Amino acid sequence: MELICPAGTPAAFREAVDAGADAVYCGFRDETNARNFPGLNFSRDELKAAIAYARQHGTMTFVAINTFMRAGREKLWHEAVDDAVRLGGDAVILADFGLMAYTAERYPEQRLHVSVQASAANADAVNFLVETFRAKRVVLPRILTIPDIARLAKQIRCEIEVFVFGGLCVMAEGRCSLSSYATGKSPNMNGVCSPASHVRYREDGRELVSELGEYTINRFPAGEAAGYPTLCKGRFNVADERGYAFEDPVSLDVMDHVDLLREAGVSALKIEGRQRGKAYVAEVVSVMRRALAANAADRPALISRLRLLSEGQRTTSGAYEKRWR
Amino acid sequence: MAATTLPSLSLGPVLYLWDGPKWRDFYFRIADEAPVAHVVIGETVCSKRLHFIEPHVGEVVERLERAGKTVSLTSLALVTLERESQIVRALARDSTHPVEANDLSALGLLAGKPHSVGPLINVYNGATARLLASRGATSICLPPELPMASVREIVRDAPGVAFEIFAFGRIPLAISARCAHARSKGLVKDNCQFICGDDPDGLVVETLDRQPFLALNGVQTMSHTCQALIQELPELAAAGISRIRLSPQDCDMVSVARTFDDAIAGRSAPADAIARLEAAYPGTSLSNGFHYAQQGAAWIAGHAST
Repeated sequence: MELICPAGTPAAFREAVDAGADAVYCGFRDETNARNFPGLNFSRDELKAAIAYARQHGTMTFVAINTFMRAGREKLWHEAVDDAVRLGGDAVILADFGLMAYTAERYPEQRLHVSVQASAANADAVNFLVETFRAKRVVLPRILTIPDIARLAKQIRCEIEVFVFGGLCVMAEGRCSLSSYATGKSPNMNGVCSPASHVRYREDGRELVSELGEYTINRFPAGEAAGYPTLCKGRFNVADERGYAFEDPVSLDVMDHVDLLREAGVSALKIEGRQRGKAYVAEVVSVMRRALAANAADRPALISRLRLLSEGQRTTSGAYEKRWR
Repeated sequence: MAATTLPSLSLGPVLYLWDGPKWRDFYFRIADEAPVAHVVIGETVCSKRLHFIEPHVGEVVERLERAGKTVSLTSLALVTLERESQIVRALARDSTHPVEANDLSALGLLAGKPHSVGPLINVYNGATARLLASRGATSICLPPELPMASVREIVRDAPGVAFEIFAFGRIPLAISARCAHARSKGLVKDNCQFICGDDPDGLVVETLDRQPFLALNGVQTMSHTCQALIQELPELAAAGISRIRLSPQDCDMVSVARTFDDAIAGRSAPADAIARLEAAYPGTSLSNGFHYAQQGAAWIAGHAST
């Protein structure tokens, strides 16, 4: 299985290549990609240099252009595809049908991957995209169990890539407007979720309150570590019960199930984290590379080392296990 | 300015779990009293709920059609199990009524047949709308988070498609494999005991500061506020919007439909229409922020967006 690694900066990109990534994915510095955070992502020149570096080391580069084209501003997304192809991106990762159509028509030879943001979660959906846009690979939304994936793999005519480590979307990706409901900025339109521009922390007595827009997302008593107010991982009241209504502040880790994913027919394992620093990327990629190569006896030690990198957060295997539902 | 054709009213599917008789009686009253031209029926949110309404679909369709309304059937929004795939395949293959696609599998299966596209399909630009139209989509209900500037541009860019706007009701914001509604009552999805049926208008999620924020509806998360694009109707009509969608809440939907009908026809002023909506759906807070490219929960009083 390929190891697909994130890079939000040229430095992280080189670290990922050096640490043994089979492919590195990254995006341009604008709203065309779903990690449109300040200080992240690549200029055209930076991507050109990154691709050249990757080539020297036999590593592929995937360019994520995975937000939805803003009506009337399609040129920005078209140019992103034009430039990704021109600069030699080995694949473009797309979510918008209109952009997939543009790419399939202009660049029939270009390898097209279906972004997790497209929300293709079943065989008929994937085959629709394969037939219509000649998609070669689908990145599955994090809503399927491993048996679901195994069944899907037998029914589709393209490769499967799945997220195995890093941030966890609780909602089906590409189908969530929670962030824009609270802030006006969404993953689909702006490439952001619960954006820092709308985050505020304030003290209230002995509690630290985290807010997103006009909403309290969590309250932390003295002594409890305060987390970032990602909307779906906040604490709320539902029918007078106080708690994490959607999901605890956990991150995804399915490394325990790597063999099952391989048997299920998965071609590539993806690490989330384009917003992460280069040291994190380097460490996660190299440990994971070794974990994948290790035999069953040696793997647990490597996996527990990986867990330390989840920044003290608890981890979950999420929807990959049925009991999560 | 050239006269614009006034948009017609459509009623989206009931997104909540209502028991069979309540669901049937709701549509009987819609058939008899509501000035809506199009009605979409069926289960969108959760395949586990289908058996509640199945016994009543035939009589509801008949009653609605006898009242002169066109009826279409919604597909499921989330299709992950083989059983769910089979349901969508059967719907696409066998339905004698037009189908509204609400996930990608239905879109793929309906190619070449006239169909409609629901608000849970990501249509953010004219290129996508044209692509779907070329495959048989005749009407598209645009995603609720789209601002008016995008709506206007898409309509201009995809002539020949009837566009619909989600104008009333709690906004479907997200869907998950996990059922937060069941979890909130100490259950899990696979043994949920249909607990979402206890909350026929959704279960409110409040912030820890007791501010109403969201509403749970099974695996779907909705807004706490009720979308109300009513003062915006002239602007939507002028932009070429063909249909105005009302999404059923557990309130007086006949009154809601009449209010919109009067507002579209210019028989009531916006302030009056808003007061009537608030009377038809007591205790609600209205929002229209998405339309103005603001946070969706916002209420922008006054006039047309730019």
